Amino acid sequence: MSIYLPIAEISVNLFVILGMGGIVGLLTGMFGVGGGFLMTPLLIFVGIPPAVAVASVANQITATSVSGVLAHWRRGNVDFKMGLVLLIGGIFGSIAGTWIFTLLKAIGQVDLMISLCYVVFLGIIGGMMFVESINAMLKSRSGNVRRKKLHQHYWIHGLPFKMRFRKSKLYISALMPLGIGGLVGILSAIMGVGGGFIMVPAMIYLLGMPTTVVIGTSLFQIIFVTANVTLLHSMATQTVDVMLALLLMSSSVVGAQIGTRFGMKLKGEQLRGLLSLLVLIVCIKLAIDLVITPADVYSLTIPGAD
Amino acid sequence: MASGMTAFKGYGKLAFLGSLLSLLGFSGTLPARADSTLVTDISSHLISVTSDFTGTELLLFGTIQSSNADDFNNGDLIITVRGPRKDVIVRKKDRVAGIWMNTKSVEFDQVPSFYAIVSNRPVEEIASATSLHRLRIGPERLDYRSTKAAHDTAPFKQAVIRQRTAENLYSDQEAAIQFLGTTLFRTNIALPANVPVGDYVAEFYLFRDGDLISAQSSPLFIKKSGLGRTIYDFAHNYAILYGIAANIVALFAGWIASVIYRKD
Repeated sequence: MSIYLPIAEISVNLFVILGMGGIVGLLTGMFGVGGGFLMTPLLIFVGIPPAVAVASVANQITATSVSGVLAHWRRGNVDFKMGLVLLIGGIFGSIAGTWIFTLLKAIGQVDLMISLCYVVFLGIIGGMMFVESINAMLKSRSGNVRRKKLHQHYWIHGLPFKMRFRKSKLYISALMPLGIGGLVGILSAIMGVGGGFIMVPAMIYLLGMPTTVVIGTSLFQIIFVTANVTLLHSMATQTVDVMLALLLMSSSVVGAQIGTRFGMKLKGEQLRGLLSLLVLIVCIKLAIDLVITPADVYSLTIPGAD
Repeated sequence: MASGMTAFKGYGKLAFLGSLLSLLGFSGTLPARADSTLVTDISSHLISVTSDFTGTELLLFGTIQSSNADDFNNGDLIITVRGPRKDVIVRKKDRVAGIWMNTKSVEFDQVPSFYAIVSNRPVEEIASATSLHRLRIGPERLDYRSTKAAHDTAPFKQAVIRQRTAENLYSDQEAAIQFLGTTLFRTNIALPANVPVGDYVAEFYLFRDGDLISAQSSPLFIKKSGLGRTIYDFAHNYAILYGIAANIVALFAGWIASVIYRKD
């Protein structure tokens, strides 16, 4: 069964789109990542113009994240206070990021920069998470769980503006989440993603939040980022295809609910291990694309469409 | 006909005059050695793209009217369908320090977004390369060019044809025109699901012994209709409202899903 998408101006198979939405939604619920870094290439692969894919995916992620946040919130796993502080940092970061993006575009080679950014960040984050989660799994299996010190003090804890984040069981300087939100904002504006796959590891490792709270809080923050992206694209490029977004969200919101349940059954280190594998696979795929000889060295673009 | 005379001398104006003539209801006869005339039409001049659009077939048909009844050589036919024109940037990747990156690019102006050609035998056998080039018949002889080409554009032009062909937007079918009896002919051109909307033109050329003896053209419009049209217009005319509506839809969809799954 086929359906014509009015903005993408292409007819697509209904079940292919629904299937893709469902699978990516599942990952969203499980890991707290928006899934844009998976969904966008999938849509481009089935023939959706890249600009339409990016903008419509942002709209779909908003829906999936709302679904995911509500599921996590009922389980008490969203730290709204932390989410808001991250968001404030993120807003400033994305303004700076948009400015850097414009600068890169003027120099040229913005596509290559995006690809390299992805490979570097996905590689570092995926690799570190993978090693850490494997270690944690091995430790818990050998039963040799050494009791960690309750408080480890770094220079970071000497920073001013301390705030108590009850849900995250943290008492840290507000500058930390502000800074992290800002950095992720910069990167997500440059790379065109919601930033979940950077935000989630940053919250776990840099802030030291419990994995269960991280996922819901990350999704809470993503809602605002993607809603803003949807609005900006609607106004500037008219590339948001609501028909496409609606099809994607109708299956991804269900996927997010199932994913949340599935994720609850897994241990923190198992979740982190799976996410790190996913991130590494995408990283390797991108790295290979940069190095192997492309099928056609020529590519076509319509001016003004991206 | 005086206008026909002019058209025959200046091939470049042929398409324009042809469409003008057919719009006015003339059968665009061109005076030639043999008194053969093309009478042609297409199955539909207005194609609506609705939400269940999966592509369609366009039937192009006609008859060759010859005043000389003993004339069994009806000649050769070439039919082209050309879609709306858009600028295209073609980029070429090269390996730099082991990484493939875009190095060269050529911008072509006014490239037809759709181009289909059908003939009763290979076009190179029908007419000389010179006349095919003058008439702009065939994907590699289309008249778009680059305004600021710093290097050889031929491989870039080939890339346009290759990629558009892969997307089923360019097609080249030799020996796809069927003759029914000696004078009636028909052929089909597939308009795929990703066919661009806009103004199209179908052109019919009749050749005999390598000379163009008659030509006809018909306009064709492909446009969105129904819900798709409404959504498209809304997105372009009320961009801010559209963006807000898209977000409300997303919030609602997420909330609905969580309500449904609340029970367990």
